[in-house]
Amino acid sequence: MEIQQNLPTAQIQIRNFNFYYGKFHAIKNTDLDIFNRRVTAFIGPSGCGKSTLLRAMNRMYELYPDQRAEGEILLDGTNVLAKDADLNMLRARVGMVFQKPTPFPMSIYENIAFGVRLHESLSRADMDERVQWALTRAALWDEAKDKLNQSGLGLSGGQQQRLCIARGIAVKPEVLLLDEPTSALDPISTARIEELIHELREDFTIAIVTHNMQQAARVSDYTAYMYLGEMIEFGITDQIFLSPKQKQTEDYITGRFG
Amino acid sequence: MQIPSGLEAENLSEASRRKKVGWIGDWLFLNLTRGFAVFALLILLGIIVALIIGAWPAIKTFGLGFLTSTDWSPPKEKFGALIPIYGTLVSSFLALVIAVPVSFGIALFLTELSPNWLRRPLGIAIELLAGIPSIVYGMWGLLFFAPLFAKYAQPFLANTFGRIPLLGQLFAGPHFGIGMLTAGIILAVMVIPFIASVMRDVFEVTPTLLKESAYGLGCTTWEVVWNVVLPYTRVGVVGGIMLGLGRALGETMAVTFVIGNSNAFEGLSLFLPGNSITSALANEFAEAEEGLHSASLMYLGLVLFAITLAVLTASRLLLLRIQKQQGGR
Repeated sequence: MEIQQNLPTAQIQIRNFNFYYGKFHAIKNTDLDIFNRRVTAFIGPSGCGKSTLLRAMNRMYELYPDQRAEGEILLDGTNVLAKDADLNMLRARVGMVFQKPTPFPMSIYENIAFGVRLHESLSRADMDERVQWALTRAALWDEAKDKLNQSGLGLSGGQQQRLCIARGIAVKPEVLLLDEPTSALDPISTARIEELIHELREDFTIAIVTHNMQQAARVSDYTAYMYLGEMIEFGITDQIFLSPKQKQTEDYITGRFG
Repeated sequence: MQIPSGLEAENLSEASRRKKVGWIGDWLFLNLTRGFAVFALLILLGIIVALIIGAWPAIKTFGLGFLTSTDWSPPKEKFGALIPIYGTLVSSFLALVIAVPVSFGIALFLTELSPNWLRRPLGIAIELLAGIPSIVYGMWGLLFFAPLFAKYAQPFLANTFGRIPLLGQLFAGPHFGIGMLTAGIILAVMVIPFIASVMRDVFEVTPTLLKESAYGLGCTTWEVVWNVVLPYTRVGVVGGIMLGLGRALGETMAVTFVIGNSNAFEGLSLFLPGNSITSALANEFAEAEEGLHSASLMYLGLVLFAITLAVLTASRLLLLRIQKQQGGR
């Protein structure tokens, strides 16, 4: 029983999932559990479907009419792919950070308050508190507290990306999707984001797509290796990197291919 | 050693020859392009000077009172420009009030909502609207639009908005069909393609990731466009609106057909006929005699030029202020 309790529960269950870009079958019959308050990394060569899978979890693909998904993605037991699922509600529960920093053309404060206002109506004081909380959690408060009214576009690239993370967590989602969040950043900014991911996993379930194998090894608890739209191997990160069961996985992580 | 050094020398001379030719080319190119740029400036100055010289007798006689007097009567040699200035400003303002929201809607639909197969044909159709000659708009407005407008739209407006206190004044009076409002509507149709296509172009260059980030927070399409795309593209959007306003202010032929060409001020109603600077010029230049009448028309032209310049400057200042507030981009 003791051990049972310590086992994380699956927050997202992907079942028999298929994804199509028009006629192209991008993800094939995939099943996967993403565990509550753990970091799950998706690795694999370009075009393997890892970003596609991530973008299915908040139904970002809905923006593009020729993309469609089949199967089930259960968030706390409810299928988010169901036709009647509330998209805006889903996106409040599943936040996303992108390859490049994308601060909105407004002040730092507004960048964070904007998203919160979509889902909650807070008093000015509560909003101030929420903004401070989000910026603090994103390790940006000390740098930004004196220029909350300045444009978010005036920050450095690394700061902008942390602003985007703050914006994402300010809505208090359950899941945070990170789509190659450090691919446009310098090594120091990257290290800060990685530290941040470590801290955020206490409160959020995190799924991260990365091209950087060392990053996956450093930040994640679980790793999924995908190739050509198929889930080749999934397991605890240490096991995947130290003793992969599949030859393909081993070849990829040792750099023999990909 | 000899052969390579000989080769090197040859290469060197070849390089220096190329360099010399390149230098002359650059010099020519620089001065040619600079000449063109200066030429544009000279033309601008030349037009201003010519306008001032032509208008001088009227400027001397009427001074700035020209701008505030409503009395325009060539037989009495009295000229005041308030009616046409008012007509130009009001008809252009009306045009923007109608055209900006419609253009925004068109651009929003074309970039965010339209199915792919409809995007190109619709976009091209809207650009084609800009290709219709303004005299055709004028004839269409006078012969087709105005009678229908008088028969159906004006009674409707009088019975709805016309009953609201204060605002009702704008929709009072007889239903001629032609008049200030008709001019504003025709102008709106004429500037919509300009404003809409600029808006569409700038909306299209908004980075996909930026829009996805907003959608990713749970925004609706409207919230994304209103809160993210529009602020991101504000410089281009204001530019597009100014382009439309500039065109509306200067439009002559279509306005002359439908504005009514009346130099009397009879009330605030938009149903009443009026006059604009451009239509006053178009109507009177042919018959204007040398002297104060034609000088006054030149003065009118100068005023229009000043209005356009003021509008452009104001929009620049506005943009600068917004940018300063937002911390720049």
